[in-house]
Amino acid sequence: MPAVERPVIYANLRKPGYTVDLDCYLKHGGYEALRKAVAMKPEEVCKEVELSGLRGRGGAGFPTGMKWKFLDRESGKPVYLVVNADESEPGTYKDRQIIYKDPHQMLEGVAITAWAIQAKQAFIYIRGEFIHGAKLLEAAIAEAKAKGFLGQNILGSGYSCDVIVHRGAGSYVCGEETGLIESLEGKRGYPRIKPPYFPAVLGLYNCPTIVNNAETLAQVKHVLALGGAEFAKIGVPGDSGTHIWCVSGLVKRPGLYEIEAGKATFGELLYDFCGGPLDGRKFKAIIPGGSSTKILKFGERFKGKLPGGTEFDWALEDIPLDSNSIAACGTGLGTGGTIVMDDSVEMIQALSNLNAFYAHETCGQCTPCREGSLWLSRVSGRIAKGGARESDVPLLLDIANQVAGRTICAHGEAVAWPVQSAVPKFKDEYLESIRLRQSGEPVPKLKLI
Amino acid sequence: MHGPSSSAPARALKPETLAQAPVIIARYPQRRSATMPLLHLVQEDRGHITQEDMHWVAEQVGVAPMQVLEVVTFYPMFRQAAIGRRHVRVCRTLSCALRGSYALMEGLEKALSCPRGETSPDGDFTLEFVECIADCGCGPVVHVDGAMHENVQAEDAEKFAAKLKATLKDPSYGQHPPVPGTPEWNG
Repeated sequence: MPAVERPVIYANLRKPGYTVDLDCYLKHGGYEALRKAVAMKPEEVCKEVELSGLRGRGGAGFPTGMKWKFLDRESGKPVYLVVNADESEPGTYKDRQIIYKDPHQMLEGVAITAWAIQAKQAFIYIRGEFIHGAKLLEAAIAEAKAKGFLGQNILGSGYSCDVIVHRGAGSYVCGEETGLIESLEGKRGYPRIKPPYFPAVLGLYNCPTIVNNAETLAQVKHVLALGGAEFAKIGVPGDSGTHIWCVSGLVKRPGLYEIEAGKATFGELLYDFCGGPLDGRKFKAIIPGGSSTKILKFGERFKGKLPGGTEFDWALEDIPLDSNSIAACGTGLGTGGTIVMDDSVEMIQALSNLNAFYAHETCGQCTPCREGSLWLSRVSGRIAKGGARESDVPLLLDIANQVAGRTICAHGEAVAWPVQSAVPKFKDEYLESIRLRQSGEPVPKLKLI
Repeated sequence: MHGPSSSAPARALKPETLAQAPVIIARYPQRRSATMPLLHLVQEDRGHITQEDMHWVAEQVGVAPMQVLEVVTFYPMFRQAAIGRRHVRVCRTLSCALRGSYALMEGLEKALSCPRGETSPDGDFTLEFVECIADCGCGPVVHVDGAMHENVQAEDAEKFAAKLKATLKDPSYGQHPPVPGTPEWNG
């Protein structure tokens, strides 16, 4: 049977004539899950989310229920909910759809989550570039407040929660939850060191704070609508629900595909959903889950054991689309932002493109990341543009190894992982790129840096 | 504080900008959180942020002016210098690059007579490469002022530039509310 999509998050927003206004959302059963939630005790709502096995959709895949459990409820300080709608991982464009086409779906998740953690104030930190998206959310919040779904005395429960839309201003590192919190406090987006600054204990204004991705909150709505146990039946054990695959780059039909976790493979995603490579081309490599995840090469074999003990031996095309399977192949599902490269791509240029991104986005706090990202960008840049030595290839790896694990936040890993994964797999091609430039021979036409 | 300064003294902020500040500040549990919203507000009013503006924001949110400058210089969207009448931002990051954003940029540089990172001598265009703007399946994408333009192919650079030039003579440019299904919807 061919793999099919299973739209849950995108089910309504793809319907012709579906609009962003509250009436349309209510016609599609909107805010019923919230009604259900406020009739339950907050801890019961948390329990349902824990039972659902929902994992965060912001890239790290941390279990949402467990994150909520870390919340310090005894501090006596106000609790805050922060929505991470700062979608900025290269290759990822799933939250944009929710914000622009179905904002109430996310807001319902916000209201449910706020109730569950008893937050009286929620913030939506949205990308600065989503100018109209921010306006749409503000309009949707006003509508929801007028009907008692947000704001004062939500659905007559006596519980109140206000929501503020806060625009970022183009910084990638503000997608990191503690960097985001600093930014929300009106400062530079310098990530904080953990411990002690675990947001659930010392978050926004040093108060207990839950930071969840925009899609995660939309998923929470469905957890409540279905019930945790029912939700857990979607997908596979260890990874429940659907994943939205954001495919970009060199395929026939790039786009967004919502697939039940583990119920299709990369082969099905790239050939059946995306129509395969462009005419006359061959697939070469993919970055599976946003630019920070490790690259996979076509033709590789992936062997090992899954967390349950099952042995596997897969080609790239065979890898099932769930977090555990993808992690077992040495990379990550991340945000589901799959960037596809074919045989027209010179791999050093692709790497150099990403290195330039990370060098631009490092916040500069930690020396290994600040210096390392810049060095990686310069060294890969001179391989791609000419003027490199053969020793520059191992040098890339050497620099990357000195960044990962030595920084306050995961930007260090994001800098290092593309290099650490790509250099061993494409070393020979990089050396060939150096030779082509030294001998003045023609280089591939597609320019990436 | 230092930074690019213009020769003519900057005009005062609009009364509606000044009036909005207390409303924005009142939303937040702590005043300092209003720093970025106020900077966005100022930039929408003037097109860029001056030293005087930073002093004003600092006073509003109760921090030293240096603490506002720190914010302005950290975030790529805030700018201290004036830009052209149209702000053209081409996505540079991998997904768009794979779809030809470098060739598109070269085409736009020629067609708009404006090197990347600069403003054209006539002040019509500021042309920049920016990092990923989260519309990766429709690359190359170009963000012009508030509006997103998807699938702008390198071979159409001249046509696209002509379209942008035509907007310079359109008095209603940027005044329409966003309409679903149009590029601006995605901006």
